[in-house]
This record gives sequence, structure tokens and C-alpha cells, in this order.
Amino acid sequence: MEHTVREESGALVACFTGEIDLEHSPTARKVLLDCVDKSSKVLVDLSGVEYIDSSGVASLVEAFQKAKKSGGEFALVSVNDAALRVLELARLDKVFTIHATLAEGL
Amino acid sequence: MGAPLLDLRFPARATELKPARHAVKEAVRGAGCSEAVARDIVLALDEACQNVIRYAYGPERAGDIGLTIEQAGDQLVFVLTDWAPPIDRESVQPRDLDDVRPGGLGTHLIREVMDQADFVDPPSGCGNVLRMVRQIA
Repeated sequence: MEHTVREESGALVACFTGEIDLEHSPTARKVLLDCVDKSSKVLVDLSGVEYIDSSGVASLVEAFQKAKKSGGEFALVSVNDAALRVLELARLDKVFTIHATLAEGL
Repeated sequence: MGAPLLDLRFPARATELKPARHAVKEAVRGAGCSEAVARDIVLALDEACQNVIRYAYGPERAGDIGLTIEQAGDQLVFVLTDWAPPIDRESVQPRDLDDVRPGGLGTHLIREVMDQADFVDPPSGCGNVLRMVRQIA
């Protein structure tokens, strides 16, 4: 898994690529919680995520709930089919705000 | 059932899961599963392995995971074995998904993907054996 974080139009955009699995989800969790600490608007770009497991999904849920608690905005953008399938299986596709593109989320 | 499609034994560590996922995907694709079904099966088996790592062995113990995949007609049969102390089978239940919180999704994902997922009595010397079945046609 690799990641980048950048500021764009007042939001922090966290972009992940590769596999967010048990080995890498602690890093993803730290990155996401750090973004929520730093910005009231966080967009998570999952377009390059080839695989995500329940530990990766848990990182997203934790950051989402932290943002919600502090009145911030937290959304997923460009979720590819592989990641969307896992969110659907976990019944979380209706819980997260999901934007088709980054432009739509900004 | 003929020879297993896959017969793996690997250390129960997070770093070992990626090659295991790769091997599972190759095996089930070879058995004729579509890309979408193969992805689901890989996820379910990964989650089952994670349960072994996190809960059966836990942070204090080291050990192996055994995984075999066999084809029986239009079913794939997956047997996941560990050598950890026996777990409380009743405690392994999917949780209420309406309670949105981090964690606890693994068992739900396994049951969503597999047609059957049951702990069976382990052979002598083994800790826990989870047998899963998925219809592929």
C-alpha cells in the first residue's frame, strides 16, 4: 500500500493505492485519523485500491466517526469496483458518503 | 474429491497474507470461478486467516495456518486449520451491522461469501478447523 495526502480546494485528499490489508491498515488508520485532526473536510481517494479487507474498512469507519463527532466532512471518492464490493458486503456503502469523482467531492 | 487445488501451510502473520491471497486467487480462478467470485472468496479466506492470527493465536503466540482447497463437483471446499488453543466456537458470531463501528466485520464477510462456514472437530494435534463451502456453478 502507498499513500499521499495533499490539500486541494480547502480539503485534505488522502489517496491510497495497492492493498489495504491487515499488514497495512495500521498505517492507513494513522493517516486517516491524522487527516481528520488537521482538516474539517477529508476526501479519501480509493481509485487505486486493488484490495481492502475488514481491517482497512475499520480504519475508514473509525475516521468517518471521528469526523462526524467533530462536525467535519468525511467522504470517499472514486471508489473502484473491488473496494465498493467490500463496502457493499459490509453494508457500509449507504453509510459513507461516496462521490463518483474527486471534483464532485470538492 | 481429487487432489487439492491448493494445499498451503504458512506462518500466521499479517505479512504472509498477501502471497496466500495470490495463491488462493490462482487456484479458484483455475477451478473456473469468475473474477468477481474469486475476489469474494479471497476476501472471505483472508478474513478467516485474520481471525486465526488475531484471535486464535493472538499477539502472544506464534504458529501456522493450513489451508486446503478442494473441488467437489460444483462446490469448492475450503479447510482452514490452526494449531492454536481451541477457541470458544459460540463466541465467533457475526455482529449487528446496524451498529456502525470499526471492527468485527470479518465473520460477517465470511458468511456473506460462503454458503457454509462451520468449525468442525479438529484432528488430534490441531487447534481449530474451519470448513467453508462455496457453490461455484
